[in-house]
Amino acid sequence: MGRTLADKVYDAHVVRSAEGEPDVLYIDLHLVHEVTSPQAFDGLRMADRAIRRPDLTIATEDHNVPTTDILSPIADPVSRAQVETLRKNCAEFGVRLHPMGDAGQGIVHVIGPQLGLTQPGMTVVCGDSHTSTHGAFGALAFGIGTSEVEHVLATQTLSQRRPKMMAVTVNGTLPYGVTAKDLILAVIARIGTGGGQGHVVEYRGEAIRALSMEGRMTVCNMSIEAGARAGMIAPDETTFAYLEGRPHAPSGDDWEAAKEYWRSLHTDDDATFDKEVVIDAAELTPFVTWGTNPGQGVPLAAYVPDPAAYDDPTQRSAAERALEYMGLTAGTPLRDVAVDTVFVGSCTNGRIEDLRAAADVIKGRKVADGVRMLVVPGSMKVKAQAEEEGLNEVFTAAGAEWRQAGCSMCLGMNPDQLKPGERSASTSNRNFEGRQGKGGRTHLVSPAVAAATAVTGHLAAPADL
Amino acid sequence: MEAFTTHTGRAVPLRRSNVDTDQIIPAVWLKQVSRTGFEKGLFAAWREDPEFVLNRPEYQGASILVAGPDFGTGSSREHAVWALQQYGFRAVVSARFGDIFRNNATKAGLLPIELPEANVERLQAKIEANPAKEFTIDLSRRELRCDEDGVQSFEIDDYTRWRLLEGLDDIGLTLRHTDEITAYEEGRRSWLPVTA
Repeated sequence: MGRTLADKVYDAHVVRSAEGEPDVLYIDLHLVHEVTSPQAFDGLRMADRAIRRPDLTIATEDHNVPTTDILSPIADPVSRAQVETLRKNCAEFGVRLHPMGDAGQGIVHVIGPQLGLTQPGMTVVCGDSHTSTHGAFGALAFGIGTSEVEHVLATQTLSQRRPKMMAVTVNGTLPYGVTAKDLILAVIARIGTGGGQGHVVEYRGEAIRALSMEGRMTVCNMSIEAGARAGMIAPDETTFAYLEGRPHAPSGDDWEAAKEYWRSLHTDDDATFDKEVVIDAAELTPFVTWGTNPGQGVPLAAYVPDPAAYDDPTQRSAAERALEYMGLTAGTPLRDVAVDTVFVGSCTNGRIEDLRAAADVIKGRKVADGVRMLVVPGSMKVKAQAEEEGLNEVFTAAGAEWRQAGCSMCLGMNPDQLKPGERSASTSNRNFEGRQGKGGRTHLVSPAVAAATAVTGHLAAPADL
Repeated sequence: MEAFTTHTGRAVPLRRSNVDTDQIIPAVWLKQVSRTGFEKGLFAAWREDPEFVLNRPEYQGASILVAGPDFGTGSSREHAVWALQQYGFRAVVSARFGDIFRNNATKAGLLPIELPEANVERLQAKIEANPAKEFTIDLSRRELRCDEDGVQSFEIDDYTRWRLLEGLDDIGLTLRHTDEITAYEEGRRSWLPVTA
């Protein structure tokens, strides 16, 4: 019987398997940031344990990082203490750290691929649910809690059960102007926030194969928003071309040996999935969310839905609550929804191609009066690349703010937040109540839609300009 | 980890679906570096509403949260589990849990009980009719009991149940297999990346 891609990667990492017990699964790369690690380091100290493999561990500062002045100490004393705690822990336990101001600093899920540390067939974990991003390389990558962070630090393994397998096949070609972000928002709307629970999702089909690595990362990143801890895409020539020459990618004979192995990492023809969803790319259009979970999304050309139209009482009451929180009226065209803020950034859409897509739309145009647009590169390396291409000047000439690298307004742990009642079009991943600031209202969009929205002041696609 | 064997307590109905971990504990509370003090942040935004169910006098001291489907979706923050525990909850009942939340809960000793959605709704109605009603959770029998209405069985795998009953933490269990981890490491591909 054939095996899926995820089965192959899982099997290759089983250290120990015994009847009636979870497997012990080896972890090839552990990414660490300041928010979910301090209690794990404390646990190690209390039990007098060391990190088993500091050489498979890397840390960065991202969630708390201010994006205005990255070279001064953080003004918020609680944020500063958390970042300083990470620095002390990394020094004490011998973990490589990319601190604020370092050229290698950035969002944890942007720097792993950028350094070539994320490779096909690996197991990657981090105390962050968007670790699923790394599955774009054909790695099995998932988020863990702080107890598991401590477990990986101490043992370089996790206690795991084999997940169920789900296939999301996207056939055909994405229409012009429809991006990876629109695709994944449409998938989540289709299967719901619980649709992938207990599963690893493998994204397959022509439209997935045609995506760039960065587009694939956007898709895998939001797997968790459909309930799946991990999303994966089989490695191919696009993957190899992205990896070749990166600082930590294999080279010389190792590169050839690695590629030979990586080519075996695909789902066998006779493998079966526990669940399958098929989507026609040709039917997809720019997509936006209207509610307070990422499954509450519709095409931009549609209207705010009427809760009464839901047969399921749970969905109906969730929709009623969402409209009340979002300050929206059923039947309003999404294109009529005016925003105060536009945020381009995050581990979902803070890479160079995302910034180029937004810059393409806004070039020679102006951010609408009364709208604030923040552009936050996913890493200092992305920032440097964007500046080399002159994208920063495109944004600032349009009236947008060009910032330093970090998680920023995706979750508002730094000063970049919405005020109560403020509405954003955001390229991030979560439209939860208060996610971008207490009382803030979030519409999830692609970078191109974000830029068009900044120009018109209400939700819009580039084609509307 | 604190062991979970049996627990008797009152319950509180949370009639909302998709209660994500940003609602359970907003990000601003995650800046602390200690493992305690998170009860103040539990449902912080919702608790500002005096009518929110946790603020109602009849539910003070309840220790079992009975919530709508897809509880604990979103962020991996284990702080959500710590906040629920430190507030006084020992178990959460829902029709579906976010995978990472459920995992975090069993690592920290908070019992996630999955029941069919219709049963969860019946439980919520029962609690609302009589908030003083007591429930007993018997983990070794995998049962949720309410004296006059009998028993609801729930599923939990043998291993997780054993770990919770004994209050064992996974690290100690895994470290028993250090030799096997070392043997595995010797067979890893030489070109796999190191961060150093």
